[in-house]
Amino acid sequence: MSAFRVEAGGRRHRALRAAAVAAVVLVAAGIPFNSDRVVVGQLTLVLVYAVAALGLNLLVGYSGQISLGHGAFFAIGAYTAATLVAKAHLPYLLTLPAAALVTFALGFAFGVPALRLRGPYLALVTLALAIATPPLIKRFEGLTGGVQGMSVPQPAVPGWLPLDPDQFLYLLVLAAALLAFLLAANLTRGGLGRALVAIRDNERAATTMGVDRARVKTRVFAASAAYAGVGGALFALTLGFVAPESFGVALSFGFLAAIVIGGLGTVGGALFGALFIEFVPQYAERVNQALTGVIYGATLLAVIYLLPGGVAGLLRSLRRRLVEVAEPAPPGAPPAGEAGVQAGAVSPAERGRLPAS
Amino acid sequence: MERFLQVVVDGVADGSIYAALALALVLIFRSTGIVNFAQGEMAMFATFIAWGLYDGGRPLWVALPAAFAAAFLGGMAIERLLIRPVEGAGPLTLVIVTLGLFILVNAAAGWIWGFTNRGFPSAFPSGVVQLGGVALSIESLGIIAVLLAVVGLLGLLFQRTNVGLAMRAAAQNPDSSRLVGIDVGRMLMLGWGLAALLGALAGALVAPRLFLDVNMMGGVLLYAFAGAALGGFDSPAGAVVGSWIIGVTENLAGTFVPAVGADLKVLVPLAVIFVVLLVRPSGLFGSPEVTHG
Repeated sequence: MSAFRVEAGGRRHRALRAAAVAAVVLVAAGIPFNSDRVVVGQLTLVLVYAVAALGLNLLVGYSGQISLGHGAFFAIGAYTAATLVAKAHLPYLLTLPAAALVTFALGFAFGVPALRLRGPYLALVTLALAIATPPLIKRFEGLTGGVQGMSVPQPAVPGWLPLDPDQFLYLLVLAAALLAFLLAANLTRGGLGRALVAIRDNERAATTMGVDRARVKTRVFAASAAYAGVGGALFALTLGFVAPESFGVALSFGFLAAIVIGGLGTVGGALFGALFIEFVPQYAERVNQALTGVIYGATLLAVIYLLPGGVAGLLRSLRRRLVEVAEPAPPGAPPAGEAGVQAGAVSPAERGRLPAS
Repeated sequence: MERFLQVVVDGVADGSIYAALALALVLIFRSTGIVNFAQGEMAMFATFIAWGLYDGGRPLWVALPAAFAAAFLGGMAIERLLIRPVEGAGPLTLVIVTLGLFILVNAAAGWIWGFTNRGFPSAFPSGVVQLGGVALSIESLGIIAVLLAVVGLLGLLFQRTNVGLAMRAAAQNPDSSRLVGIDVGRMLMLGWGLAALLGALAGALVAPRLFLDVNMMGGVLLYAFAGAALGGFDSPAGAVVGSWIIGVTENLAGTFVPAVGADLKVLVPLAVIFVVLLVRPSGLFGSPEVTHG
């Protein structure tokens, strides 16, 4: 039984949620001031991956379209940012919206034909896209620097800030990631999120209820690509270097592994998944070059069989023991009956399965 | 002209290798509705088993059948242990499971045999034969002959034996098959075993043409997917014809279209898959998917 009981959407529920988010943000913002440089660098990359994984989760987790090729959009974002900073000498902050726009447009263009590809077929086409990405980058040598790659001038710390470059970079990426997560949280709670889940769970019923399938699906594809693109741009700025081999199939598989392990169809899952794909290879590769793959593969299978909600699902069920979130009682119903106890915390996914009111 | 014919025959030979893998994909897709992304990696693993035996001093005619047998058993075990629990799940779950298997098998092979390239012996003599004034490699002709023999054997199995009939029945209508006493689970296991065997054959045929390494089958899998998509994912004959078309197109484009070249040949299957799925999703020989609405 839960210690607390709050009403979904009520004042206490929102206060609790805001407090939880504020605590996470405070801890995250404090990290660069009491950790060593290596850890700060690693956590910066975690945030970068989290942004891209979040985008993929919007597509896969919420709308049920499978992409094995989000590394391609990540690469396009990275090279857009790299070119704009290194060749056009644009201020680095402008590269983020630029990368978002470019990948949004490409994602939209890709999303239109993707409408006709169901289930495994979309996975197939996007897999081919992931495999073709490094050779394509190498082919456009004049623009991308080919195999050699391209170095990117990193953001300089403004003079009035008493920060190291690593700390500044981390906080910059953290700000971008926070914005991305807030946007995604709003998006998935709003009409588009509900429409997405409705389509995923029962396309025909959703269409009957008036959801414009083509519009919703192409938009989420574009938004998802834009997230990957922004992630790529942050990646280029963080590393100060882009090369074709960073954007192979392994990257795309890594993003998919991240969202499955973190929790499909959750906003927070992307962060847990990003921690996984940043830190597991760090330690596994010390033992054996192949261990990373073994852990990825085995964990993917284990999550599907044993923990379909991923880490986020696990945390949610743990939280349920502490705080119970009950749906507000409909007017006229007896207060706090058995139904309220069973409703528990209602995730966007679960909410989508309820009949629309 | 001679060059053109050589490229075409090499293309059909490559296409025959893709066809073996495409047949494996089609076999599994028809019976379980799963597109097995791990098919290529399973094939690579079996090829490494053959290489390990050969490297340990066994002759090729022992190593290859032993690896094929291992592939058959391994395929059955994978169906029973990993696929059966998620039978009937949505496409997302199935893609993730076969993808997890892909990553796991790839890494396991790297762990056991390392990440370096290995030469793999060809089962065919090197050299060429003159056919109508055109020099054609014995290996290419041999590969085509092997594939035709495999297609013939599969045809016999599915059309002329009770097991084949039971397998077709289990794929077409599992519920009715159960009612007439067919062990559907065993048939599915058999199908996965057979598919793994076909994949291992593709691996053994392609390894001498490339180098054997853990990522050898990535490209081949893509070409096989393209072949299966072109021919129709539920049509074995279509998979063979589609793979031949892919093999020939790929070789012609790689040889005669400078803009494509060796590095971007991989875009050929991408373009084919994309166009086919958009214009004619059921492929050349497949049956269109019917949605009851």
